[in-house]
Amino acid sequence: MSSERFTFTVDGVPVEAEPGQTVVEACDAAGIYIPRLCHHPDLPPVGHCRVCTCVIDGRQTAACIMPAAKGMVVENNTPALNAERRTLIEMLFAEGNHFCQFCEASGDCELQALGYLFGMVAPSFPHLWPERPVDASHPDVYIDHNRCILCSRCVRASRTLDGKSVFGFEGRGIDMHLTVTGGHLDESALAAADKAVAACPVGCIVIKRTGYRTPYGRRRYDEAPIGSDITARRGGAKD
Amino acid sequence: MAKPKLATCALAGCFGCHMSFLDIDERIVELIDLVDLDVSPLDDKKTFDGMVDVGIVEGACADERHVKVLREFRAQCRILVAVGACAINGGIPSLRNLAGLEACLKTAYMDGPTVEGGGLIPNDPELPLLLDKVYPVQEFVQIDHFLPGCPPSAETIWAALKALLTGTQPQLPYSLFKYE
Ligand code: SF4
Ligand code: SF4
Ligand code: SF4
Ligand code: FES
Repeated sequence: MSSERFTFTVDGVPVEAEPGQTVVEACDAAGIYIPRLCHHPDLPPVGHCRVCTCVIDGRQTAACIMPAAKGMVVENNTPALNAERRTLIEMLFAEGNHFCQFCEASGDCELQALGYLFGMVAPSFPHLWPERPVDASHPDVYIDHNRCILCSRCVRASRTLDGKSVFGFEGRGIDMHLTVTGGHLDESALAAADKAVAACPVGCIVIKRTGYRTPYGRRRYDEAPIGSDITARRGGAKD
Repeated sequence: MAKPKLATCALAGCFGCHMSFLDIDERIVELIDLVDLDVSPLDDKKTFDGMVDVGIVEGACADERHVKVLREFRAQCRILVAVGACAINGGIPSLRNLAGLEACLKTAYMDGPTVEGGGLIPNDPELPLLLDKVYPVQEFVQIDHFLPGCPPSAETIWAALKALLTGTQPQLPYSLFKYE
């Protein structure tokens, strides 16, 4: 990549970027957190969840797939955008079956952490209570489809990082669901150490016999909100 | 000046939210200075004699009696607070929504391992009729404040209650705001 660095602004703060970076990548490097869910730094961005939506040069745009450009004006941390992000999170909660009180991912879950970040207290939408299966056939990993948010991180990680293509999607709209090549997990090539397992942002793909190991209070999002690791990179610089 | 009145009820829940409330330990003495307890399973007072200031609802609506109690609380409480995952999302009782009411009753009363001679689904008219699904309380009445958690910690309940009783808006710090 050529190193012609350029500047754009996010909520009025100048951000330096290099050609080829998306808005999210440039902001991550600069210590500005844009909330996101389907985006993962090691995976090709796809723009599925829309949580990262910013107003970019006057238009609502998914920041994880938008290439940064010189002079761009980005609005990110605004009450209006955060309210819309909260609505997206509420819809994901209402659409699946999320029982955080007994979920292995509690405290480490990005969906839950975004609920905390946006102050989601109660769902604004009636729960759908869908009937979804649990696949516990694999000796080391299980999938609880009740918690799947269809972010496709596992699909991308399995394909691009593990070279396996264990996961895919079937159906459209509300019927869309995650599928496993071969039918059941034990018929797939999945291993517990696969990047696809680690990439799941929620408690859908879980390594067996590892749950609840970290005590309450010491899990990833117990004390510090999601995105704190990114904003810490600003190293004291305040707007 | 008369002390503000506090009422509490336990709908479809495990009573864990009430237990967590009692977990405020010696601050209960401070609480008694702050409020008079009205209708509540804690003092076994069953009926309202007039409006109370703050009502706390634990649990979801799983049967017609829950809905009746909830509506009464809404009518009698100036501020109504939904406490815990059961009240707010349906919580653990709402697991039955994933299987369906009929299947649950059949599994428990007809096909259970201890059932002999065919079994019988209880249908005594004394029993409150079950709702088709377990519902969060805000699907029936307007709720003024929500305290998430399963249960919310004693700190959470205490902080929120103290704020409400002293006329301020409860603002939970990040570490007290949990869904579990
Ligand atoms: S996946 Fe996350 S949001 Fe869903 S139940 Fe588990 S902790 Fe809660
Ligand atoms: S299993 Fe996890 S990573 Fe895969 S789509 Fe569902 S939520 Fe995303
Ligand atoms: S929210 Fe949790 S602690 Fe409270 S009544 Fe329901 S199950 Fe019990
Ligand atoms: S993070 Fe950008 S669309 Fe999901």
